[in-house]
Amino acid sequence: MPGGLNQPSRLNLEDLQREVFSVIRQPLTASEDMNPTLPDGTPTQAVADKIIKPNDRLTSFERLEIYNRQYWYRILSSLADDFPGLRAILGDRQFEKLSVAYLAECPSESFTMRNLGSKLESWLLEHLEFVTGVERIAMDMVRLEWADIAAFDDPELPVLKPEDLSTLGDDPVFHIQPHLRLLDLSFPVDDLLLSVRKKEQDKEVASNAVMERSHRSRIRRSSLPKPKKTRLAVYRRNESIYFKVLEPEAFALVRALQQGKTLSEAIEASVNWTNRSVEHITKQLHGWFANWASLGWFGKLPAR
Amino acid sequence: MPANRFNGYTDYGVGIGLRIPHYQHILEKKPVVDWFEIISENFMVDGGRPLRILDQILDQYRVVQHGVSMYFGSAEPLNKEHLRRLKTLVKLTKTPWLSDHLCWGSVDGRYTHDLLPMPYTFEAAKKTAQKIREVRDFLEVPIAVENVSSYAEFHVSEMTEWEFLNEVVEDADCGILLDVNNIYVSSQNHSFNPLDYVNGIPHERVAQIHIAGHSKYTKYILDTHDHPVIDPVWKLYTRAIELAGPTATLLEWDDRIPSFDEVHNEALKAKQHLPSQMAVAS
Repeated sequence: MPGGLNQPSRLNLEDLQREVFSVIRQPLTASEDMNPTLPDGTPTQAVADKIIKPNDRLTSFERLEIYNRQYWYRILSSLADDFPGLRAILGDRQFEKLSVAYLAECPSESFTMRNLGSKLESWLLEHLEFVTGVERIAMDMVRLEWADIAAFDDPELPVLKPEDLSTLGDDPVFHIQPHLRLLDLSFPVDDLLLSVRKKEQDKEVASNAVMERSHRSRIRRSSLPKPKKTRLAVYRRNESIYFKVLEPEAFALVRALQQGKTLSEAIEASVNWTNRSVEHITKQLHGWFANWASLGWFGKLPAR
Repeated sequence: MPANRFNGYTDYGVGIGLRIPHYQHILEKKPVVDWFEIISENFMVDGGRPLRILDQILDQYRVVQHGVSMYFGSAEPLNKEHLRRLKTLVKLTKTPWLSDHLCWGSVDGRYTHDLLPMPYTFEAAKKTAQKIREVRDFLEVPIAVENVSSYAEFHVSEMTEWEFLNEVVEDADCGILLDVNNIYVSSQNHSFNPLDYVNGIPHERVAQIHIAGHSKYTKYILDTHDHPVIDPVWKLYTRAIELAGPTATLLEWDDRIPSFDEVHNEALKAKQHLPSQMAVAS
């Protein structure tokens, strides 16, 4: 520790901020107090005394603790708002354990809290011990909830109009809207999330406002849905997010189009993935495309 | 003195923060409001509902951008992606000035999403002013920095908070978003006279004023933005107006948000604190 533990700090700006952040990002104790010891064994009190002035009502430790609590209340509250489905599956206590472990390992690297959960899926895959007994449905829910967040404000291309079709050529490439996400799920978590979200409200960032915390009840494990292969498109239309269940052939087709394949290549990919015949797929093609076009799934790239 | 180079020579009157629970009321009833302040970060997105709503608001109202994560006081360099997105939004809103906080909140590319108080040192003032100039030059819009409420002070501080604010704004040649509620909160938490703060700043640089409510606890006050403005804060506001002249004023109400009318009526109380001839004119 520069300057010694018992001396008021003469740290430069960068070192001081780094040291304060290293304290306030330490998870709180079970009673939501600041942890008395830092990971390297240094007493937090000593660091607080070195950096923060006490006043006639609060010690240095207590003053720093206000920021430690606010840090965790703010990011835990944001993550809970973003993943109500996972929270309902796990219950408040287990969801909070998972959240603290995730955010301690993956602190925010974005100026917006919108991206707080961007690494949750990959992190959870490495930490399945936090979702023991409900691994697959929990992973499915995380994928769905992140797709939902992304679809809310991802970019949108101008919608392809019927008159644009003639410009696409014989074997066209259809550009799928960037906000559309495809999910190959093992559980029908779309229905589960919709029921959980019925009472959810929009949220937004506020200026300088201090956070409070809320609690919700957990879904009984016996009430969780049974496994069911679910191929889902998550997309935005008229500023609302929709979930659309797709047949396997349609799912494979859209996925191939999303990868930039031509229509004939996409049909081939669908045949290969589903073992269905080309005839079976082409027979449904017109209906599918008419439906997807009406939902605004096809976009037009801006002219170069 | 209301219109000055730090607020784009505008005279905006009394506004409120644009918040989701009020969207429907505003778009359907089209109430008369001098201006809305938006939180920039809520609209620095690629598409979707936030931008659609903003378009509709911009059709009807004057909008000023207020940010929460520029972190002028962070020792690390500015986030270029943040700046790029912010500039796109500035072009869309045509905000006459842009404000963010005199604070820090990120370290090594990791974000606290909090407004952490600065150590009031000459080194920090110089670095902060340099970043404010960089932001202003990139965005090409006047910048006003807001004093934050705080709950801790650093041993390394070499001056008072308002002396630090003066150092920064003079060096950066930028404006001040004077939050009189934050001054009150900090004065109670750090035992100083809030009038010394209000009296001690360069009033010709005040581009905008914030008013808000807060929550009192046994040993400190938290800036919660969930109550009406209390009398001691109105007194500070009155003094600020005496010194700076009638200035664009914004009520912040961010939690337990009541009806649009209740928030707007609370904001309009600010007009009672203007000199009588100006209150009539506005």
